[in-house]
Amino acid sequence: MASDHDAVTEQNWSRWMAAAQDGDRAAYERLLRDIVPFLRAVVSRFHRAPDRREDVVQDILLTVHRVRQTYDPSRPFTHWLATLARRRAIDALRRSGRTDKAEIFDEFAYETFSDPAANKELEAYESDPGLQSAIAGLPEGQREAIELLKLRELSLVEASALSGKSVSALKVNVHRAIKSLRLRLKGE
Amino acid sequence: MPPPTHSTDQLIAALAASAAPVRRLRPPMIRALFWLIAVAAVAAVILPFFADMTILSAHLQDWKYRIEMAATLLTGIAAVVAAFHLSLPDRSTAWAWLPVPFLALWLGSSGYNCWRDWIETGAHGWQFGESAVCFGVIVGFSIPLGAAQLIVLARAKPMMPGRVAAMGGLGIAGIAAFFLAFNHAPDASFLDLGWHAVAVGLVVAVTSAVGRLRT
Repeated sequence: MASDHDAVTEQNWSRWMAAAQDGDRAAYERLLRDIVPFLRAVVSRFHRAPDRREDVVQDILLTVHRVRQTYDPSRPFTHWLATLARRRAIDALRRSGRTDKAEIFDEFAYETFSDPAANKELEAYESDPGLQSAIAGLPEGQREAIELLKLRELSLVEASALSGKSVSALKVNVHRAIKSLRLRLKGE
Repeated sequence: MPPPTHSTDQLIAALAASAAPVRRLRPPMIRALFWLIAVAAVAAVILPFFADMTILSAHLQDWKYRIEMAATLLTGIAAVVAAFHLSLPDRSTAWAWLPVPFLALWLGSSGYNCWRDWIETGAHGWQFGESAVCFGVIVGFSIPLGAAQLIVLARAKPMMPGRVAAMGGLGIAGIAAFFLAFNHAPDASFLDLGWHAVAVGLVVAVTSAVGRLRT
């Protein structure tokens, strides 16, 4: 049953690609839409992150478009497509390996300014492990409010847009966070 | 079956909208054959001016040099055929092995002829023969052949352009080395062989680099 389905799919894909080579845009669009799940299945063997996987699928679609003149309708289309997809997926894996090796993630990099005075508050926070651990120990909502409003010094409207929480909820959370931090730091 | 995501969906629509008719590539064996016939036609015009019949007949009288000449030509043909196959996404990478036996025969027969020359003539085996001429002929023939071949191979927009161009480079270097025998004294030193190898290596490296940039 499955092999019948595979044979029909192969036949359709081959026919649509041959038509696409002759300029049939409708057949080409049908083909590209139909092969996307197959491409996702091939790519998912190499890439787990859904966003990266989709990037690679799009890269393969672009490659199919670029090299469509190399398909010979007397040969199996699925083999042509699978080889092409595997090679692009491996290329993307190599590229991402090189990029990941060269990139470092520093969440406070955006907070560093050329004027040393501007960094005082952040440096004080970074250099005080007691404060850091006290903030880390806050409940999620309070910690987020402190980070956005006090450490990153965003306005209530900006913090609300970024977190998706209402202004009044942020006000309450930051008030409670300061209260509990004060208690905790006094107790130490 | 999940539908394509929004951006994939948009990409498909854009690709389909811009899909003009394309001319299918002929089978790689046919394309390689056409290319080799074109080279043979050009060679038929140039070689009468370039060939030294005394040298050539000396070559052809010795079976060892006949083997060497055949090996260079077969390496060239096999590597060109392999390059046209490798330029397509669905052809086996095993095609890369096609020129290997002929290349081994070429290196082996050249090495043997140099060694024999060295035994017969002593220290002459380590002297420069016509190294500069050999180098110039191989590189000189390879430049126009390589440029013409890259244009033809680039039509397939190969997925591994460096590897395909390197294979094509080996092909043209082999053919150029075959042409060299029409004008090159049959006695060769080890240094001549070294220069042959450097010339072939240079042609392969340059075509590979240019191929990577072009496609």
